[in-house]
Formats: sequence, C-alpha cells, structure tokens
Amino acid sequence: MFTMIKKNLLSRTLLYWLGSATFLLACFLASCSKENVGTDMSFQLVVPSNFPALKYDIANNPITQNGFVLGRTLFYDGLLSSTNTISCGNCHQQSVAFAHADHTVSHGVFDRLGTRNSPALQNLAFSTSFMWDGGIFNLDLQPLAPIENHVEMDEKLDVLLDKLNKSDKYKSLFKNAFGTEEISSAKMLKALSQFMVMMVSANSQYDKYVRKEAGANLTGDEIAGLELFKAKCQSCHATDLFTDQTFRNNGINPTSLNDVGRYAITLNEKDKYTFKVPSLRNIEKTAPYMHDGRFRNLEAVLEHYSNGVTNSATLDPLLNANGILGIALSATEKQQIILFLKTLSDEEYIRDRRFAEQ
Amino acid sequence: MRKILSITLLAAIILSSCKKDEVTDPNAKSDITLEFDNIVGNADLALNTATYTNSVGEAYTISKFDYYISNIKLKKPGGTEYIVPQDNSYFLVKESDATTHKINLSDIPVGEYNQVSFTLGVDSLRCTADISKRTGALDPAAGGTGMYWTWNSGYIFLKMEGTSPVSAMPDQEIFYHIGGFGGMTAPTINNIKTITLDFPAGIIANVKVGKKPDVHLLVDAKKVLDGTTNISIATSPMIMFDGASVNVANNYKNMFTVDHVHND
Repeated sequence: MFTMIKKNLLSRTLLYWLGSATFLLACFLASCSKENVGTDMSFQLVVPSNFPALKYDIANNPITQNGFVLGRTLFYDGLLSSTNTISCGNCHQQSVAFAHADHTVSHGVFDRLGTRNSPALQNLAFSTSFMWDGGIFNLDLQPLAPIENHVEMDEKLDVLLDKLNKSDKYKSLFKNAFGTEEISSAKMLKALSQFMVMMVSANSQYDKYVRKEAGANLTGDEIAGLELFKAKCQSCHATDLFTDQTFRNNGINPTSLNDVGRYAITLNEKDKYTFKVPSLRNIEKTAPYMHDGRFRNLEAVLEHYSNGVTNSATLDPLLNANGILGIALSATEKQQIILFLKTLSDEEYIRDRRFAEQ
Repeated sequence: MRKILSITLLAAIILSSCKKDEVTDPNAKSDITLEFDNIVGNADLALNTATYTNSVGEAYTISKFDYYISNIKLKKPGGTEYIVPQDNSYFLVKESDATTHKINLSDIPVGEYNQVSFTLGVDSLRCTADISKRTGALDPAAGGTGMYWTWNSGYIFLKMEGTSPVSAMPDQEIFYHIGGFGGMTAPTINNIKTITLDFPAGIIANVKVGKKPDVHLLVDAKKVLDGTTNISIATSPMIMFDGASVNVANNYKNMFTVDHVHND
C-alpha cells in the first residue's frame, strides 16, 4: 500500500515536473524565438523595394549582431593604422554619409595626403566594384587597401593581426562573433563587411516618394528637377543607386598629378582618365565633388556639365553629342536639379545609431 | 571453429603485411620534395652581397627574390598524372627564408615520375575566391609577404628587388613586381605561367614507401631580366602592373630547370 502511494506520488511528481519542464521549455523557446526575431531583424539586410539586386554574397557571410558589432568596433578603431591613430571613421564620417567633410583629399598617418576624394560609404552591398578606379572587386577585400596604403593607415596586415591578437577586448569580440578567439585576416575582413553591408541608405524624401509612402511629397520644383534629371543625368546616374557603376571620363581636365583613373587597373587605353560614376545619394552632404574633390559645391558641378566639359580621346560620348560638349542646362534647370538632388539626403541614415561610433 | 578463424585472420594479417614490405601495393603513398635552388647564371644567388650583370651590361644586386608556386602536377613516363589537391598546392618561395626552398608534398602515389609542372603565380580562380579560401601562403597577412596588391585586388606572382648604379630611382633601387591574373571586372594582362619541366634523360624520381625523392630545381634569377626581351635597368628600373610586365613574365617562365633528383 505504502509503495503504491509512493509510486503514485512519484509518477505524479514526475508528471508535474515533466509538465512544468515542457511548459518552461515552451516559454523559453517562445521567448527565444521572439528575441531572435527582435534582435535579428535589425541585423538583417532588407533590400529596399526600389533597389536593384544585391551584389554581396551574404550567404557566405551571414550577418549577426555580434559580427556587426565587431565590424563597427574595427571601423572606428585607430589600431588599424601604424600610428594607432587613424581609423576608417576618420575619413568616413557618418554626419556626411561617411565621406570626409570639407576635405578635397584626406590625410592619413603623419598627415600624409592622398590623391583622391574620400567617397561616401552607402549601399556597398549593391556595388560591383570599389574605389574611384574599381580596382577592388569584392567588399571583403576593400579594407586591405586603406589599411596598407602608405598615405592612409600605412599598416601591415600581419602587424595589425598581431595587435588584435594581443587585445583581450578583440579576443572576446571575435569569440562572440565567430565562436572562436582565433583572429585571422579573413575573419577580420568578414566582420568589417558585416558592418558595411548593413550601411544601407534608402530613406530619403525621394525614396519615400517613389515608394509612395504616406506623407511623402516632393515640391513642384523638386519634381521638375527629377524630370530634368531623368532626361539629362540618368543615363549614367542610373537606377535608384544613382550610378550605373561604369567608368567614364566626364570631361574634367587632368591635373598635374595626371591621375589616369581606371586605366591603372585595366591598362586599356579606352579607360584613360575614366572614373567610377558615383552615386548621388546624400550628395548634398558629401562636398567637395569629383575624384579629386575639385568642385566645392553642386552649383560648380552643374556649371562644369553645362559649360566646362573638355574634349579628349576618352571623353564619354554622351557628353559630346552632335559635336556639342556638355549638357545644355538653363540657370533655372540647374537650380531645379539641385533641389531634386537634395531630396536624396537621408537623415535617418546619417543619424542611425547603429552605424555611429559607440 | 573459433581457432580456425583466428588462424585465418592471423595468416591474412601476416600475408598482407608481407605484401607491403615488397612495395607492390599500387595504392601505397609516399612523399616527394621539390627543392627550389635559386641561382644567378652559374652562381648561387647571394642576396645583397654579390653583383650581377644583365645581358645589356648593367650591374645589379638582388635584395629580394620571392615567387608563388602553385597547382603542382607530377607525371609518370606512361602519362599518368598526379595532381596535388588544390587546397594544398600553394607555396611561396622566398630566397631570404631557407625553410621555404623545399616544398614537401605528401600522399603521392608510389611510382616513377619524370615530369613536374606547376603554375608560377596563382590561378585566376583562387585570385578571385572568397577571402576565407585564401589561407596559408595565400593569406594576404601571411608573414608580411607583401605579395598582394591591395589597390588592384590580386597577388604579386614574383618579386625581385635590389639596386643598380644605373637606376634613377631613390637609393638606386630596382623593383620588379609581376602579377596580373587577367582581371575580374574587366579583362587585363595575364601573367600566370604554367611551367612544365621534363627531368633530364634517364632520370626519374622514384616515390617509394619509406623513400622520399628530392627533385632539385635550379631557378635562374638572371632570366627575369634576360630573355626574349632583354630588360634595360636604366630604362626600366621599376616594372610593376604595366604592359612591360608581360615581357618580364615571358622571360622568367624559362628560369626553371630540373637539375637532378636524389632518390635516397
């Protein structure tokens, strides 16, 4: 009898515990998945509906919060330079869409000057090539260039990995991101890519307008500017990335530096003095303009296209139609185009706390 | 019954181990070493200290001589080819580091080989592969090799540096950094060279269990500048990623010979 009760009690207790455990597990799982959804959503790349297809192979480098955080930490760390002072963020400032405010060219370690204007960083996961000359064909390989460039960070990759390996902070960040404390060049570059892939700018007034989002309007002048833009600029600044990602000579005179642009990469005569068509997103923020930062404002840029185009063997044919150099633009048209270009400013992007130095 | 089984098993073991000793197992594997012995003309390459003269008559010294060897294949007289698995087939030979002069290859099927072929440089597929596939000698960080163009994504296949009194460069330095895999986003120069070397007549590398032949290659650094197009240092003290690099690569593709093979 006693044993019976005991047995009963046992099985009851067992049942109770089993039941509770299942309940608990269910709760735990539910909260887990909820939390995962919540956490992961902000670290999942959402391709804006008005964008072309993604170019970065995200399956090869799935983005996680920890990977992103590691990438961001590296991006803002001067440790990446030989003097431990120059970070990526020095020449790529969020307040100006990750271009370098008011710098024709940037200065790296020991104030060494570069030769090209620091470009805005945005929508990199959609880019087919990187740098003004497109010399880099994969986002993962991009950070190697500024890190090792003599006039930028001037650091040797093996020395940098040594520094990271000696840092307890990075050991733990790499472990969080990749499950192991091992710090390799591939892991470092993948983490930087995770940060950069997430840097999507697609919430300008223009974006909201084309996506027909509530309350998104353009003024009459802005719409007139958009129409002019479509007629006169869009053949190069194509798609909602505002670049067709080709390399063109837009008729700006080579300076005494004689930067041959894309030719240095392809050694093809046709590529002499061509540079990558830049995106125009956040263009209002990213002055000065052109590969060498020669134009201080948008007025100067449009003045170049209407009156300043110089002919040469590789000048883009679109700027030399029917023997007329440049693009015909009246003063009003220029103003309207500029008003339209300002609708490409994405305040959410330049204020997004996720991309800021923490 | 059990006894019989054990005896049969024992016999089988003894017999099979006997077989191994006779080296008739066609599936047996062993090792081979390729030794890259850098020379200049008839002399061993001496970094910094020796002065050499190119065919144009210009004197120069060599301070650095490094190159990638990859995609190694070994061939038997009958034509059977053994391809070293690609992931294990990338090596950087650095004159300044003796440990890199011998490339040890393991898991080579036993037999007699009389031809070796390899790529001088890195094949285009690996040049464009995901960064996680660039391990070992291909890691852009590996030992500070400096064998990677970060600004124009791609490996430098061969680097020769030094000085020459006819060089107009600062400190009379000379630089020959040769690369170019054909281009990823646009076609461009391709300096990938496949080198196929027959062993001298009558010489074989006999790969046997317990024996590791050493194939001794001579690599004549003089042929970087001398060859189909003799390079003048005065005219071109520095050749990197430009059209002239094609001439240099066409010269140095002839710098390798198999001198002899140690079979014991």
